[in-house]
Amino acid sequence: MNYNWNWNIFWDIAPDGTGTYFESLIAGLKWTLATAGLGWVIALVLGLVIGTLRTAPNKWLVRAANAYVELFRNIPLIVQMFLWYFVFPEVLPESWGTALKQLPNAPFVTAVLSLGFFTSARVAVQVSTGINALPRGQKMAGTALGLTLPQTYRYVLLPMAFRIIIPSLINEVAAIIKNSSVALSIGLIELMASTRSMQEMSFKTFEAFSAATIIYLIVSVVAILLSNLLEKKLRVPGFITAGSANSGGH
Amino acid sequence: MGNFDFDVIQRSWVYLFQTGMVFTLKLTFLSMTGGIIIGTLLAMMRLSSNKLINLVASGYVNLMRSIPLVLVLFWFYFLVPYIGAWIIGASEPVAVGAFSSCLITFVMFEAAYYCEIMRSGIQSIPRGQIWAGYAMGMNYWQTMGHIVLPQAFRNMIPILLTQTIVLFQDVSLVSILSIPDFFGSAAKVAQRDGRLVEMYTFAAVVYFIMCLGLSALVKKLQAKVAIIR
Repeated sequence: MNYNWNWNIFWDIAPDGTGTYFESLIAGLKWTLATAGLGWVIALVLGLVIGTLRTAPNKWLVRAANAYVELFRNIPLIVQMFLWYFVFPEVLPESWGTALKQLPNAPFVTAVLSLGFFTSARVAVQVSTGINALPRGQKMAGTALGLTLPQTYRYVLLPMAFRIIIPSLINEVAAIIKNSSVALSIGLIELMASTRSMQEMSFKTFEAFSAATIIYLIVSVVAILLSNLLEKKLRVPGFITAGSANSGGH
Repeated sequence: MGNFDFDVIQRSWVYLFQTGMVFTLKLTFLSMTGGIIIGTLLAMMRLSSNKLINLVASGYVNLMRSIPLVLVLFWFYFLVPYIGAWIIGASEPVAVGAFSSCLITFVMFEAAYYCEIMRSGIQSIPRGQIWAGYAMGMNYWQTMGHIVLPQAFRNMIPILLTQTIVLFQDVSLVSILSIPDFFGSAAKVAQRDGRLVEMYTFAAVVYFIMCLGLSALVKKLQAKVAIIR
């Protein structure tokens, strides 16, 4: 292979005025983490609600929640991002659409929304799996004690289910960080996009990609270590935490 | 939304399906086949008692699983010409077509995910069956090929297919490299004709219907192949 390696390239100044290449990669990483973090908040909140509804005793609520899950699971993420970015502002009333398009950082807002909704469907599946994994007696015991159904969910089922599904939720956190790289297609300068621009400006393709690989590796190792710690703290003794091997995904 | 232009879809759907969807389906199918074969080999390596083999396979699988597909796509897109040159001993990077480049990427990437599925499939087979195989005088490959893998594969078919639906969706990411898969060609038409809303909505609807149909099929199959124990 006649490729000229130059590992000192990271300390060169990037021509686009973002400082050294290393600094521009770190700036990209910050956008990646911000996008994934905010998206995760949306995903967790919506996922908890939709996942709970999937186990509700009302058939129509269950159907609506299932439809939500199918809608966001069966469209590729990049297509969803394009829908939010290009189509959604057109469908809204005109003044809203224009306001949305003129947001100072429209790609960021779009990426957070699409990642949040996309991941919320996957979280919802995990939540309902967790609730269904609980022995039926828990719900009965709750209602027998005089708790209303919402109270049973609030004080008995959800806290248990949440702790059971922590390992699968950790997978989803790792997935949303990785999936945020798709946002480069709508022009968000996250880690992957800043790697690309470093590659295009410096022609040091493999150095740039190696750096991105290492940064993504570090991020996932840190995420996994942190969440293992969390899992150890919150594990319910006696409940084997079921992994989510039966749901394909990345 | 009042001026939704169905005409652009009518004009372009033949192109979208004949070029784009054929590319997407071909890539999905070949990547699935290659990915399952390499994934099974990786799973056998990960379950090996040889520490070195085990380490190599786990290292590869964990690396692939912790970096985004987009990054892997870029890696192979630029790396494959160099690897090609290295294999045939050429001094210049060789030109590799978009399809082969994507195929190599998806086979290598999905193999890591198929590996984890096959690994849990192999582990679900009781150890006694393997000992029984050895006791009958079979060697490792015979035990694996005749006893363990057929059962592991059968147990895992629904999950392997679910992963393939994910793969089918992921193929849309090659449009980032301006390769005309189904979504890539829809995006191309959208930009050429300035009909973003129509084309992206159309692509989303097509993906939705296809994935929903495929997952319904998988569910049916699941009921059929399930071994009643």
